[in-house]
This record gives sequence, structure tokens and C-alpha cells, in this order.
Amino acid sequence: MTSSRKLVVLAAVAVLAVGVAACGDSDDETNGGGDLSGSIRIDGSSTVAPLSEPMGELFNEENPGVNVTVGTSGTGGGFEKFCNGETDISDASRAIEPDEEEACQANGIEFEEIVVANDALSVVVNPDNPVSCLTVEQLGEIYGPKATATSWSDIKGLDAEFSEDLEIFSPGADSGTFDYFTDAINGEEGAQRSKNVNVVGENDNATVTGVSGSPGGIGYFGYSFYNENRDKLKALEVDGGDGCVEPAPETTQAGEYAPLGRQLYIYPSAQALEKPEVLGFVNFYLENVNDVTEQAGFIALTEEQLEESQSKVDALATGGGE
Amino acid sequence: MLASSRPGISPSRLEAPSRRLGEKAIQGLLGACAAISVVTTTAIVISLLGPSLSFFGEVSIADFLFGTEWSPALRPQSFGVLPIVVGTLSVTFWGLLFAVPIGLLSAIYLSEYARPRVRRTLKPLLEVLAGIPTVAIGFFAFSFVTPALQEVWPGFLGDEPNIFNALAAALAIGLLIVPIIASISEDAMSSVPSGLREGAYAMGATRMKVALRVVFPAALSGIVASIVLGVSRAVGETMVVLMAAGATPNLTFNPVESIEAMTAYIAITGTGDIATGTLEYNTIFAVGLVLFVMTLGMNMLSIRLVRKYREVYE
Repeated sequence: MTSSRKLVVLAAVAVLAVGVAACGDSDDETNGGGDLSGSIRIDGSSTVAPLSEPMGELFNEENPGVNVTVGTSGTGGGFEKFCNGETDISDASRAIEPDEEEACQANGIEFEEIVVANDALSVVVNPDNPVSCLTVEQLGEIYGPKATATSWSDIKGLDAEFSEDLEIFSPGADSGTFDYFTDAINGEEGAQRSKNVNVVGENDNATVTGVSGSPGGIGYFGYSFYNENRDKLKALEVDGGDGCVEPAPETTQAGEYAPLGRQLYIYPSAQALEKPEVLGFVNFYLENVNDVTEQAGFIALTEEQLEESQSKVDALATGGGE
Repeated sequence: MLASSRPGISPSRLEAPSRRLGEKAIQGLLGACAAISVVTTTAIVISLLGPSLSFFGEVSIADFLFGTEWSPALRPQSFGVLPIVVGTLSVTFWGLLFAVPIGLLSAIYLSEYARPRVRRTLKPLLEVLAGIPTVAIGFFAFSFVTPALQEVWPGFLGDEPNIFNALAAALAIGLLIVPIIASISEDAMSSVPSGLREGAYAMGATRMKVALRVVFPAALSGIVASIVLGVSRAVGETMVVLMAAGATPNLTFNPVESIEAMTAYIAITGTGDIATGTLEYNTIFAVGLVLFVMTLGMNMLSIRLVRKYREVYE
């Protein structure tokens, strides 16, 4: 080799060496030191996803080797995948059902139910609607399987005069929100009127547009959607038998917003928690959940709920798994 | 040329007496490729039949075909398929009402009035319309067409359209069908021999008369085929109705109301969280069977009509 060519080769090697050194692990944060790697698969409720997604991103900032993917197949769809062993964590806006538990047991999946946030299932109406409170019975007259009301004036005992036509919006039957609402208001999961209801599927924004666009509109979804759209919608107070209570963080944490106050869960599997990146993520989740819930528009956990969730995770991580 | 000048000899007789296995293998391969489409169709029908039969074991065919409430996901369950069949037909009807006049008039313009250069540029442009991704058109229908309709809706027509309505979906589907009708009808009209046209002009007919009274009837079989093809496309369209028409089974032809089409029902339920093997899950196959039978019936009808009205030219 000529001397000039040798110089070029040396220079190239030097540049490469500097480049590799510079691109090495340069962000060593506190938790875990950033040496975790792997991928975490989460799927399930579209209500819980706005909480799990930012958690995944924050965790990825501290541990760039860990890739967190969050799907939104719905609470039921998420459980199906979870009990098939296809996901590590299942997001859920309702508790797991007996037949889903059986499916998990049949496949040897052990799990634990971890509460990560409170939610106030909010019933929203058009801001021009003068009604401020509905009882559970009145909600049943609007949404029940035998309901026939077509106008607000068909509902007896309203606290304000209103005679616009009812424009009813509902999520689809796949939604955990739908399951919870129909169970709480109509007494049976899946029981809802089939005629004259605008089913918006997983598209909660369509409910926002629809209700804010029709004077007699009424719809329901999780608190975070209401919170984001306070300027377009009005939330009704719900009377579960003890007086009218509005959906708010304080009333939900105190358990007063009934029966539409609910909890949001993640279900990690014992097998997944054996992986250090998953355990690290779940611990990270619980450590930071109350900070993120406020930002994501959810309602934070109380101290007791947080302690219980943490101890459940610890128990599953040490005790469970094959 | 050689074969036709000696009518008794078919091309296969020209082969060398020794068997050429290469030729046989190629023949077999090509035959197999042709058979794939037949086999696939048969396989689809068989796969639909199994769960459908188990579905009809629990729900009577009469309840299914003539019931007026479709709510397999709600409790109490109801399995009358008419609302979603009518949903599909409603969107198809309103879409055709929009697309057939526009398609046919475009075809007449392209074949009778347009100069060759205009025709050469315009026809491919029309066909580009058919290539727009259906999900984009569906989103366009939901985000722009529906709000626009709601704003300009005249009072004398009654209630303004819902956030999900059949009309927006029908207009979008019409947009997708116009190229099919225009292109195939235009092909049919262009292949009418110019002798017929020239004869009519020689008798003093105007261009409109020639187009409507001479060319149109002569090309009728092709035009009918194009319309039936358009109907098949509209019936099978999934994405547009899913995004714009809604998910509320509703037995009505009123275009401003939210409806659910069969294809949208299959898409929503199939990608949802229904457990396999349940009665609700089998509804997907039963509805798929109905859809298949409808499309099959239409295709057979179109073949009949084309044969009946076809003009054979020397």
C-alpha cells in the first residue's frame, strides 16, 4: 500500500472508532441504568391505552433497549390475546370475566389484577341542555333494552324543562365501557336498546362531535374524553340513590360517584413478570402512575390503592410463575 | 393459417409423434393455475357453509330472513337480518341513483361527442378515480361530506343527516362506481359499428338522437353489464360504509339516518372480541353467506341479461 492510502485507511478506522464510542450508552439514568432490553406487548382497552402509551414512551426514554407496543383491541379482545399467551400485559376497563379466567387457566397463564387508575364513566350532553342530573332509572329509560323514549320530554321527573328529540350515542358492544355501563345501569352486560341508538364503535370522538352537534344529544365515555372536551360538552350528575354526584376526581376516589365510578386495570402475567424488562416496566408504571394520570386526564389512585397494587405486583413476581 | 386451410386437422395433430413431456407438464401447470380460482371459490363456499349450518341449527331460517331486529351483540339477542340487508341495499340504491346518470352521460360524451384527443386524456383520468383507496374515500365521506351535507341541508327535506348516515356513504360509493359504469359503457358504445351511426346521420338524425336511439340500444348489453358490475362493487364495499354509514342496524331506506351494512357488520364483528364458536360468532358466516348469494345472483342475472341483449356484429 502507498503511504497516502495507508493514511486514508487509518483515518477511516479512527473516524469509525470515534463514532462507535460516541454512539454508545450515553444516557445512564437512575432507574435500572438503561441496560434492560427486549419488547413488551400490551393490548386491550382503548380507555386505558392513553395511560399505558405514555408510560411505555417514558420507560423507553430511560431504557432505550426496551420496546413497548400498546394495542387497542378492546378489553375483551385484549383478554383473548392475553389468555393465548400473545401479550405480556392486558389493559382492561372492567374486571376479567369468569369465562376469560377459565381460558387463561386452561393455557396456564397466571395473572394478577392491578388497579392503575380510577375513572368516572361520564354521561355527557349538549351544553345547551338545561338538565343537570339524571337518576339511574332515568338513564335506564334512555338506554335500557326496552326503552322507547324518543324525546327528552318522554323522561319523567327531569329537573328542568327540555323537549328536544333524543339523539343517543353509544360505544359498540366490543367496548369495556359499554360492558360496564350496561351492567351498571341496565343490570346486565350487553343489555341496551337497539333502536334509535347511534353506535360509534371505538370512535369516542364521534360521540363528542355528535353530542356537541345535536341539542338533544346524550352519550357516555371515560372521564378523560370528557375532560379534554369540557368546552364542547356538559357532564351530567348521576344519582345512584344517594343524591346527585358529579363526575370528578374527588368524588370518584371517595367512592361517591356511583354506580358509574370504576377502576382501570392492567393484568400482567406471571410468566411475563419473569422477564426483567416487564417487571421493571410494571414497577415503573406504579411509581409514576399518579403523575401521568393527571396529565392523561384520568383520576389518580388513592394511597391505599397504590399500596395494594404494589404489593400485588411484588407477590406475583416472587410467588408466581413456573 | 395452415390449420384453417385444412379443416379436418386440429393443431394437436401437428405435434411430433413422440410424447414431449415438457409440453404436457406446461399444459398441466397452466391448467392448475386456471383451476386455482375455481378451487378457491369452492373452498370459500364450503368454509362459509359449516358455521352457517351450525348457526341455522339454533336460529330458524324464517327468523333470520324475515326478522326485523338485528342485535346479536346485545341482550336480549335478536337475529333478524333484514335491517342490515336493507342497509346495504339502501346505500347501493342511493349510490346508483347518483352514479348511473353521471356514468352513462360521461360515457355518451366520451364516445359520441368528445374529440379523440380529449377522449384519450379524459378516459384514463376517469379510471384513476376508481383507484383511490377506499379507506381514504370513507374518511373523506365521514369528515367532509357529512358536515357539508349537514350545513347545506334544505329544511323541506326534513331532518338533517346524522353524524353517521347512508347518504354520505352512498355518495362516496357512487364516486367509486362512476368510473366502472363510464368506462365499460364507453367501451360498449365505441364498439358499435360506425356504419350504424353513419346511416343515422345520413338520414338526418341529430347527434343526441344518434346517441340515444341508435348507439345506446345497440350497446345495451355492455351498459347493463357495467351497471350490474357497479352494483356488485357497491354491495361488497366495506371500508366506506364502515367509516361513514354507521353501525346501527336500522330497517329504513331514509338516507339521512345511520344504518349498518352487511359488510360493515362482518368487519366490525370479525375484528372484535367475540369468542370463536359462539352463536354470535357464527352470525358472521351466516351474513357472509347472504352476501355471497346476493352477489352470485346478481352475476348470474348479468350474464343472462348480457346474453339476451347482445348484438352480434360480423
